[in-house]
Amino acid sequence: MITLSHYLVLSAVLFAIGLVGVYRRKNLLMLLFSTEILLNAANIGFAAISKFYGDLTGQMFAFFIVAVAASEVAVGLGLMIVWYKRRGTLDIDSMQSMHG
Amino acid sequence: MFEAIAFYTFSAITIVMFWITVTSKNALYAMSALAAGMIMISGFFFLLDADFLGVVQIIVYTGAVMALYAFGMMFFDTTRDVKERVRAPKLVFLLSGMTALVLVIALVAPILGDHIEALYPMKEGIENPQAVGIVLFTKYLVPFEVAAVMLLVAMIAGIVLAGKKMDESLTLKVEDEFTQKGAQ
Amino acid sequence: METYLYIALFAPLVGSLFASLFADKPKTIITGLVTSALLFVSWVSSVVLLLHVAHGEAVHVKMMDWIQAGGLSIPFGFNVDAVTATMMFVVTTVSTVVHVYSMGYMDHDKSFNRFFAWLSAFVFSMMVLVMSDNFAGLFIGWEGVGLCSWALIGFWYHKESASWAANEAFIMNRVADLGMLIGIFLVYWNFGSLQYDVVFAQVDKMDPTVLMMTTAFLFIGAMGKSAQFPLHTWLADAMEGPTPVSALIHAATMVTAGVYLVIRANPLYGAVPEVSLFVASLGAFVAMFAASMALVNRDLKRIIAYSTLSQLGYMFVAAGVGAYWVALFHLMTHAFFKALLFLGAGNVMHAMDDELDIFKMGGLGKTMQATMILMTIASVALAGIYPLAGFFSKDKILEAAFAGHHYILWAVLWITAGLTAFYSFRLVMLVFFGEERYKIFGYHPHEAYKFMLWAMSPLAVLAVIAGFFEHDFVHMIKAVLPVEEFHVSTGTFWFLIIVTQAIALGGIAFAVWKYSKGGFSEKWRETFVYKLLFNQYYIPKIYDEYICKPYAELSKIAWKELDVRVVDATVDFIATTIYKSGMVSRVVQSGNLSNMLRWMGAGLLILLLAAILYSPVR
Repeated sequence: MITLSHYLVLSAVLFAIGLVGVYRRKNLLMLLFSTEILLNAANIGFAAISKFYGDLTGQMFAFFIVAVAASEVAVGLGLMIVWYKRRGTLDIDSMQSMHG
Repeated sequence: MFEAIAFYTFSAITIVMFWITVTSKNALYAMSALAAGMIMISGFFFLLDADFLGVVQIIVYTGAVMALYAFGMMFFDTTRDVKERVRAPKLVFLLSGMTALVLVIALVAPILGDHIEALYPMKEGIENPQAVGIVLFTKYLVPFEVAAVMLLVAMIAGIVLAGKKMDESLTLKVEDEFTQKGAQ
Repeated sequence: METYLYIALFAPLVGSLFASLFADKPKTIITGLVTSALLFVSWVSSVVLLLHVAHGEAVHVKMMDWIQAGGLSIPFGFNVDAVTATMMFVVTTVSTVVHVYSMGYMDHDKSFNRFFAWLSAFVFSMMVLVMSDNFAGLFIGWEGVGLCSWALIGFWYHKESASWAANEAFIMNRVADLGMLIGIFLVYWNFGSLQYDVVFAQVDKMDPTVLMMTTAFLFIGAMGKSAQFPLHTWLADAMEGPTPVSALIHAATMVTAGVYLVIRANPLYGAVPEVSLFVASLGAFVAMFAASMALVNRDLKRIIAYSTLSQLGYMFVAAGVGAYWVALFHLMTHAFFKALLFLGAGNVMHAMDDELDIFKMGGLGKTMQATMILMTIASVALAGIYPLAGFFSKDKILEAAFAGHHYILWAVLWITAGLTAFYSFRLVMLVFFGEERYKIFGYHPHEAYKFMLWAMSPLAVLAVIAGFFEHDFVHMIKAVLPVEEFHVSTGTFWFLIIVTQAIALGGIAFAVWKYSKGGFSEKWRETFVYKLLFNQYYIPKIYDEYICKPYAELSKIAWKELDVRVVDATVDFIATTIYKSGMVSRVVQSGNLSNMLRWMGAGLLILLLAAILYSPVR
């Protein structure tokens, strides 16, 4: 029998994988991929809770997260293209102009 | 039984796919694995009776987002392997592992929300897309519209940023001046 | 009448503010003229008020609410009754004279304008002190005169001795003011108000111990301001200030504030005979103690300062034995002749290029006839010879002491009267008569400006005639202060007068006889008594040795051990810790996005942990 906990644990595991990506990768594109993973992990949690509590609110949030993800990709990709054209690289170690 | 088999299968594939995504050195592989993972996730949504969400997941992620990435990657040199110098890899796993552990403990051990009551309970006999439609266009109408505007803004931003004449874009000019001044 | 009250109070303030506009400008005579004119206006108002309250009705105004905090309500109120009106008359009279006189005395001083700003500010503070209808206002004036006194003693602050003396006066007064503050707190604590009338109405209901504590602490404040033993050393050192300041502040007005306080709080002191007896005893002791020091001192102004101290002792005796009106009366007459004496001394100093040693003078009477006459009048009044002012007031004090059966006090005061007469005329003889010793030192004395002498003349007149107003004064003061008939038989009364006159005349005669023959021999200076008196009973030395030096040592220990090792070390430790942690955590701000993300992840982990640990659901 699959319970809510199963889904939540899966959600946590996927989230952790996303975190590994975020921490580990230096390429901006990979970072964006990892954020997608994070968002999807959260979505699974929402959908599962929605199901097991019989409440549609969770799904609603999942929808909005999907919308946010889509916008993020649009803007993020645009910025990345600009950056790439200017610097020729997507390595975030090259973005150190904000160091204190 | 069917549910369990489906769950474990989907879980295994998703985890593997995402793992490939975050570790792959080739951007194209990573993107493909990500797309596969997204489709697997839509499977969870179908399992969870969120049919509409599942469809949206496939359309938006594998349809729109992945296409966007694919187009975006045309700008980059994707055949080359991504070269990265990972510092303190143990720390990465430690942090992620700890976070996952904490999350699992938090989510599994005590069920925090035993007394949660459904705000918009799912009604018997109504299909999921219909129920979603009812809630989305009544209680969540304003956020829905705001999300629409946000998407519009994002679209415009994407066009402006990636447009052809971006070499002459205002923000970049300003930034160039800054760098010049900084160089002096 | 309220208008006169406000004019009398605020005219000096206006003058002070006006003069302070020119404070760092070169000398302009206009500051002197304006402040003097405004003080004259204040004097006229005071006289009008005095005539008004002479009929027995007080003027009471409440200008505004000042402090309203919880149960504490202190209005800015002023009350002019007979006592206050007398004080106002004394203060404005002497200060007007001193202002006019100062225009001549400070003629060549480059800080002419600053002097008048402070002098008028002093008068304003003094007016607040005497006119306030509550202890808080009195305290404000009390501190105000202290501040002005500090600034004026240290007027020539480039002289180290002057600024030292100013600080000494200020610090000693702070010590006493602590007592005064405790007294005021006790008044508020026990009486629930600081208004004089409210407080005095409740005296009968009060516990004697409480009253004793209150009056004792208030008297500590009075001791500081009126320079009573053991806080007396500052007054003699305060002579470092310009002479008009000594005349106004350290003879006529500020130092009498302590006496005024005791007179003002007479219902309190009347209820506790023990404290009153202590006040009287201390007064008598100081009278003799100071007079003895004046006998041998060689410094012109210090002699007069000790004489002031001694006369303040007389006033405290009168207040202590319950004859408050006599104390006030002596305060008034003393203000006139003592200010006159100081101003005369100022003339002499001017003539002698600020030389103060009276053994370097002599025979000045020939060149400075007017000054000689004025100072002789003042000295005779001080000695208490009929018919001058000092006779009436001083004789009343002796009579009051005798009538109260305080025979020891009477005897002390009686001997002191003789000493007073002696040192006054020792001064006069050494300065104005005898051989002209100043020629050896190459001085060329000259008489002061005419207008300075004219300015002094009102004081001389008052010093002569003030005594004859005794009857009117008693009539006026009856409404405010208890006036008791002294129960002495006519025979005793005349006996007392004759005995007192005899010793005073004896003192004068001895001084004149001795110093016309050339004074005491050199051998006299080797004796123990002379040394003891000349060194002021070694009290400054004792203070220095047993209070200042141990305190300095203690401070040094506190500095080296406590401050440097504990306080500084702690502060430095905090600073270096923060600095080092900054150096360490500076790495965080590398600008590297990856690092930032990792830090964010760590923060996320911590927040998650916190959320679980402090989750209310569990």
